[in-house]
Order: sequence, then structure tokens, then C-alpha cells
Amino acid sequence: MRGKVKKAGSEIESTRSQAPNSGKGPGAVAALYLVVVFIVLYAPILYLAYYSFNSGGSMHSFEGFTLEWYGEVFQDTRLVIILLNTLAIALFSAAISTVIGVAGAIAITHVKSRQFRGALLTLNNVLIVSPDVIIGASFLILFAAMGLKLGFASVLISHVAFSVPIVVLMVLPKLQEMSPTLIYVARDLGATRWDVLSKVIVPYIAPGIFAGFFMALTYSLDDFAVTFFVTGNGFSTLSVEIYSRARQGITLTINALSTLIFLVTLVLAIGYYALNARTNRIDGAGGAGRAGRAGGLGRVEASES
Amino acid sequence: MKKVMQAFIVVMAAAFALVGTSSYLNSSNGYSGADALTVYNWGDYIDPELVSKFERETGIRVVYETFDSNEAMLTKIAHGGTSFDIVIPSDYAINKMKAEGMLVPLDHSKIPNLKYIDSRFLDLPFDYGNEYSVPYFWGTMGIIYNPEIVEGRDFTSWSALWDEGLGGEILLVDSAREVIGIGLVSLGYSLNETDTGHLQEAHGKLCELAPNVKAIVGDEIKMLLANEEAAVGVVWSGDAAIIMDENDKLDYVIPSEGSMVWFDNIVIPTTARNVEGAHLFINFMLDPENAAQNTEYVAYSTPNAAALEYLPEEITGDARFYPGPDVTDNLEVLINLGKRMLGYYNELFLEFKMHRRRA
Amino acid sequence: MQYRTRNMYLMPYAAWIALFVIAPIALIAYYSMFDIDGALTLANYRRFFTPVYLSMAVRSFWYAFLITMFSLLVAYPTAYLLTKTRHKQLWLVLIIMPSWMNLLLKAYAFIGMFGTYGPVNALLSAVGIGTRQILFTEFSFIFVAVYIFIPFMILPIFNALDELNPSLVAAARDLGASGWDTFRRVVFPLTISGVKSGCRAVFIPALSLFMITRLIAGNRVITLGTAIEQHFLVTQDWGMGSTIAVFLVIAMGLIMALTGSGEGGKQHAR
Repeated sequence: MRGKVKKAGSEIESTRSQAPNSGKGPGAVAALYLVVVFIVLYAPILYLAYYSFNSGGSMHSFEGFTLEWYGEVFQDTRLVIILLNTLAIALFSAAISTVIGVAGAIAITHVKSRQFRGALLTLNNVLIVSPDVIIGASFLILFAAMGLKLGFASVLISHVAFSVPIVVLMVLPKLQEMSPTLIYVARDLGATRWDVLSKVIVPYIAPGIFAGFFMALTYSLDDFAVTFFVTGNGFSTLSVEIYSRARQGITLTINALSTLIFLVTLVLAIGYYALNARTNRIDGAGGAGRAGRAGGLGRVEASES
Repeated sequence: MKKVMQAFIVVMAAAFALVGTSSYLNSSNGYSGADALTVYNWGDYIDPELVSKFERETGIRVVYETFDSNEAMLTKIAHGGTSFDIVIPSDYAINKMKAEGMLVPLDHSKIPNLKYIDSRFLDLPFDYGNEYSVPYFWGTMGIIYNPEIVEGRDFTSWSALWDEGLGGEILLVDSAREVIGIGLVSLGYSLNETDTGHLQEAHGKLCELAPNVKAIVGDEIKMLLANEEAAVGVVWSGDAAIIMDENDKLDYVIPSEGSMVWFDNIVIPTTARNVEGAHLFINFMLDPENAAQNTEYVAYSTPNAAALEYLPEEITGDARFYPGPDVTDNLEVLINLGKRMLGYYNELFLEFKMHRRRA
Repeated sequence: MQYRTRNMYLMPYAAWIALFVIAPIALIAYYSMFDIDGALTLANYRRFFTPVYLSMAVRSFWYAFLITMFSLLVAYPTAYLLTKTRHKQLWLVLIIMPSWMNLLLKAYAFIGMFGTYGPVNALLSAVGIGTRQILFTEFSFIFVAVYIFIPFMILPIFNALDELNPSLVAAARDLGASGWDTFRRVVFPLTISGVKSGCRAVFIPALSLFMITRLIAGNRVITLGTAIEQHFLVTQDWGMGSTIAVFLVIAMGLIMALTGSGEGGKQHAR
């Protein structure tokens, strides 16, 4: 990891030398700053990963190197099933909430009344502020009232529910920034509504869509309290399992599993980026791999006149 | 659009593949079919080999789910949508579940192995006659300390915690009944005190303890004490066993004024669909050999007298974790005092925490 | 035509709002009217205005303010420097990735790292500062909170900076503005929307933080989030918990209204 971080620093310097216009600030200091930020961000993860090799069995004193905990991960079928469930829920919920969130963001930009738009946005943010325990408990009551059986479906619905607002927040600024004449022109040229959506709007807001998807993924993977309340019938996710193991003490098997997940995501992210960068170079279109922008809610009001 | 659609399709396909693999593993791993038993327990609180053994012997597939606190478990069951057959709550939670009609009475004729349980641990205030519950593990509350740092103090009395030389050395658990209980027991009152005057007195006494308290924490207390972040901690014996397993410098003692005794118990909630299988499971877990195996895995104290013969002498001979009747007679079980009283305890506890901050 | 288009997009979103936002809010408002014995009362609201809860609320706002401020101070330069790297999108994803690791595990890692015998103290004594009490202090609480929230601050600022037209900066420099002047007069004003949405994304959830108040601060810091958690799970006093939640939702609405209109005004003036 450290090697990677150093690379970030050297890249800054190389871009600087290519672009003298970007200011003559001390490049080494800038590189050092980024290196420090990355070290701090990754320190706890390295710490967990380091002790996942500890034969001593605790995160206290390192006694010797072992792969025992990694072996245990694969022997524990229950844990593997939980992991697969967690990932499936994260991907499904992120994809579905992205669809609803994009529709919501488009709907909000179509609303003409300033008050109504403001109200929609405030409602949108309620779930972001509410403490998880309250969301979880109220969803539980809601599902019980609806007679929904707790399990995969209830967890999925809840994850979609609390991921929608962040997608809206990520997509909205992109839509605000888009010129409405673009749509009128397309319409005048005889494009159908579907054409406008698929050929004009979506390509333009694609970076926001990807950003929303990634944030939704983050929300889903991170959640404990909401999932706890709405899960049932043998279905469980990794967070619920980790928290419920705390009373007995969390074993290094969990460290090993988390390290593995982290490495896989790292490889996937870098691989996806490399692949994308190559295809982009071929067809010359730069934007699709971007994580997008999150200008935020302020934009909506800002664009009003 | 093409790119977005592509990404969407890849994500959905990956998710379906994951669900497929997971349900394949699920079905190949157990005996799929209607004859399932859903067990709701703390995480990592049963030897998984025993679960497999039970599945092999009875042909019943066990679905295992976990919770992280009694309160969260209660909320979950109370609001429906679940179908747990076996739950393992602590003593005071059983009080509540009983009061709210959430438990199925046990058929003792189907649990012959109940006879192996030590009579000291049967017929307790939270469930007289063991109508609804069978003890699973038990323990005490006491003081764990590092003899190297506390120099000669042995904590045979709760009052030793107030010693001036222990500034910022004590860790407490984040639980109102336990912490207020320390104040109560050191003043000679009952742990189930409901007299507000006595409770105020205990609160005042605790505020004097504030300078010695380093932090009020949760399950991480085990990690903190094993890492020697603090010299003294007030903990449950089960946690003490885990801590001492990691750091053998530490010692555990139950102060002589008395203390709290706790039980985790097996019950059948009214949400159960397989009451027959639940009885089979309870009887299976009470089998002395199985109970001994489970005890070695979990490392808490077993209430199963017959199981002790299958356990090594160094475990069963340790009076800190298997104290004799002279000590256990002096211990008190926490009783559910009702929502209002619990609220009062918590309000006092909150004031203590806020007071600590100013101190 | 326009109207029908809007309706079509609004439907799934409106359904979501009705089911998962309005219904829970109604539920919370309803519960807040009941005391612990289930009697209809306004006592919970009276109780909220007692010194215990008011001082807790004041402290929560103060900590949320500190967390937001430090997040901004760290995030702005980071985002700025990130936009200057060659593979900036990749680095951005790498900034977000640590937040995919389970929070409890990361908290345990911080407990180990900040501990008396942990690597941080080892480093401190190696450079001659000596061992310090880091865990269970307000410093460690704010540090870890900033750690948790930093991606939410970096992302919007990064995007605002990325959107910035580089020729504006070049023009300012050509006209003789110093680096600091360019930043103060050109770059920062143009990225203020990103800063604002980052601040909102951090401040609002920071108000209801719990968990790490116990794990990292050892209950030395007590926030409204801790109290809600406590009332919902331990005392089972859902009424009081809901009352605090009602105040959080109102506070959120106020913050949105205040920061939103402020920015609107500024943009009009421009």
C-alpha cells in the first residue's frame, strides 16, 4: 500500500512539471500532504490486516506469522454464505436505488414550484439525518404492518430505501447543470421521450449515476442497525454477524475475511479503472469512468431565478 | 446510455450469481426441507460442531441467527415477522418476555436431561419452577485487576474501588443496572433496590468514584483490559475468562459483600413453529457430554453438574469461575423492575456520565 | 406533454417518499406523544427542555461543528491536490474505499492504535514526546469522526474543483494575481457550492453520531444520538427517543433552509 501512496506523490510532481500553469507551489509539500492523508486513511485497515496473520489469536501482541485464520474463513460455510448475501444485497440495492434515485432527480428538476421542490429535497434528506436505530425500528413496524416476511426481501427493500436519497444528491447537480435547450432541440428534431432520456440525459449525467451507485454501495455495506431490525428467517449480513460476535470477542477470522474483501475490491477497482482507461483511449470518450460529481442540493436553489 | 446499461446488466448478473451460489451452499450444507429449527442466539455462542451433530442425529436443519443485545432481541421478537424456535436471552429479559406472554411453557417430560442441572441454578426468581426456561450458561459480576499495577490491593471489597491511588484506572461497563448496582452493593443495599432515596444515595456514592473511572465502555472492555489499557475493570465472569485467556497476568475476584449472578437461558418464544424440535434441541444441549463440549468452546461456566465430570480439573476446580455455595448464596439475580424503574436507573446513570465529564 | 413526463418520473420516487420517509416521520411524531406507560402526553417535550437534554443538544451541535470544520480543513486541500493527479478518478475511488470496511472493526483498530502500548504512542515516545493518553479523549473522538466523514466532504469538493474552468485560474494568474489571491478570489468562490454540500453531508449526520462516543470516547462525549439509541434499545422509552428524533429532523430542516437560501442569494447577486 505504501508503494502505491508514494506513486500518488510522484504523479503530482509529474503533472506539475507538465503543466506549469497550475502554480509554482511547493510540489514536494503537496505530495507529502497527500501521502499523509492516504497513510491515515489506510492505517486502521493495515492494522487489521497485519493482525490477521497473528498466530497469537488477538489484536494485542504479534506472536508469529500464520495463515490459520484465512483457512478458517473458507471452512466456515456459514460465514461464506453471509458474505455472498451481503455482496448480493449491496449490488442489488445499489442498482435499484440508482434507478429510483435517477428518476427522482429528474422528477425534481421537472417540478416548477419552488416550495414544492424545496419540500421534496427536505424529505429526501430525512433518512440521511435520522439515526439508524430509528430507521430500523420504524421499518420493522412498517413491514410487520404490511405483513411482509422478514428476510432477503425486507433487507433489500430497506437498503434500497435508505440509499435512494444519496443517489438523488449525487445526480441532481449534473441535471441542474445540463442546459434545457439541449432537450428542446432534441425534441424539435423529432426525438421521442425515450430517445431524449437514453441519448441525451443519461449520457450527460452518467458520472453522477456512477457516483450515486458507489455511495449507495457504501451505505449498504456499512449498515448494521437497520439490517439488524429487518432481517430474519436465517438471512444475515456481515455487519450483523460481526456486531453480534462482539460479546464473545471478535476473532481474527473476521480480520482475515475483511482483509480478503478489501484486497478483492482494490483489485476490482484498479482493474476496472485500467480497463476503462484503455477503452476510453480507443474511442476517445473521456467521461464514462469518472466517479462523477456531487455539487449538492444548493444547486437547485441556485439555478432558480 | 450503452455504458450505463452495460454496467447495470453486469451488476445485476453478478448479484444473481451471488444469490445463486449462496442458496446452493445453503442447501448443500444442511438438510433442506420443512423440518427446520431457527435458533436466535448471541454471535459465536455455541460450538458449531454441536449444531452439526444435532442435525445429523435428528435430521432437523438448524437455521442460526444472531443478536447483539437482549433489548434489541426483544424489540425484534415483539414486533413480529420472525419465527424463532429457540432464543437464548439473559435472566431479566426472561422476566419481561414472561410478563408480555412471549414464551411457550416447557414440557418437562420432553427434557429428561434437566436432572443434570445443579439445583442451585434451578427455580430462580426470574422463572420459578423453570416453567419457561433452562439455564444455558451462568456467571457472576466481579473485579478484574492487574496485580502488577495495583500493588497489594486485592479487591475483596467493593470499597477498594474508591481508593485514591486508582485515579483514572477503572473501566466500567455501559449498563445502568450494573453500574448503579456497584453503588448499591457497596452501601449494603439490594441490587434490585426500588427505594428512590437509596438509589440517590448510591448515585452520590458513584459520583465520588468518578475520578477513578477511566471510561465506560461496551464489549470492547475485553480488548482494553487484555491490552492493559487500565488496571481495574468491573466485568462479568464470562468476559473475565476471555480476558484472562488472552492475558494471564490478570486476576478476577468476587467481592465479599456480594454481587450479581447472571444466567443466559434457553427458551421457546411464542413465535416458534417447531415446538417439538425445540424441546429436542434443549434436551440435546443439556446432555452432559454435549454441555461439556459447548463449555470448552464458549469458555463460560456451565450450570450442568454432570458435565463437570467431562471437563478438565483446571477448569472446574477454579473457584473464581465455579465458586462454591458459600459464595453463590451471597449473590443476587437482577429482577425486571418495570419500565419506569429502569428509566429511573438510566436517568441516574446518565447524570453520572454527565457528572464524570465535568469532573 | 411536459406535465405527463414529469409525472412518469415522479411516480416511483413519490412512492418511495410516501412509504419510507413520510410514514416513518408520522410514526415518530406519533410515538413522541406517548410516555413510558403509553399515556398520551406532551411530557416528553417538556423533558427535552430540561438542563440535561439541552446541554446534551448544545454539546452535540458543538461537536458536529468541530467535526465539520476539521473535515473541511483536511478535505479541501486533499480534493484540490487530487484534481491535480493524473489518475484522479482512481485516487478518488481509493479515498472512498476505506469506508467499505466495517465500522466496528475500524473502531477496534483505532482502539489498538491509540492505546497506551499501541503504535501511535510507540511513535510518540520514539520521537521523544513520550506516552500520552489518546484514547477516551475529545481529541480521539473528533479524529475518528473526521476519519469517518472525510469521504463525504472530499467527494463534492473534488467535483466542484474538477468542474472549475482552468482558464479562469490561468487568466487570474496572467493578470498578476498571487497564488493566494487566485484561490481567495477565484477558486474558492467558484467551489463554494461543493463546500456547502460537503458541510451538510457531514454536519447533519454528525449530530446523531453514537457508537464511537462509547468506543473511542469511553462515554466522555454524550450526544443526542447516544440518548436516542439508549431510549430505543435500553429503557424502551420510545416516546422520549422519538421526541429527540423530532428535534433532529427539525434541526435538519432549519439547516437546509438556512444554507440553501444563503447560497441562492449569493448566486443571484453574481
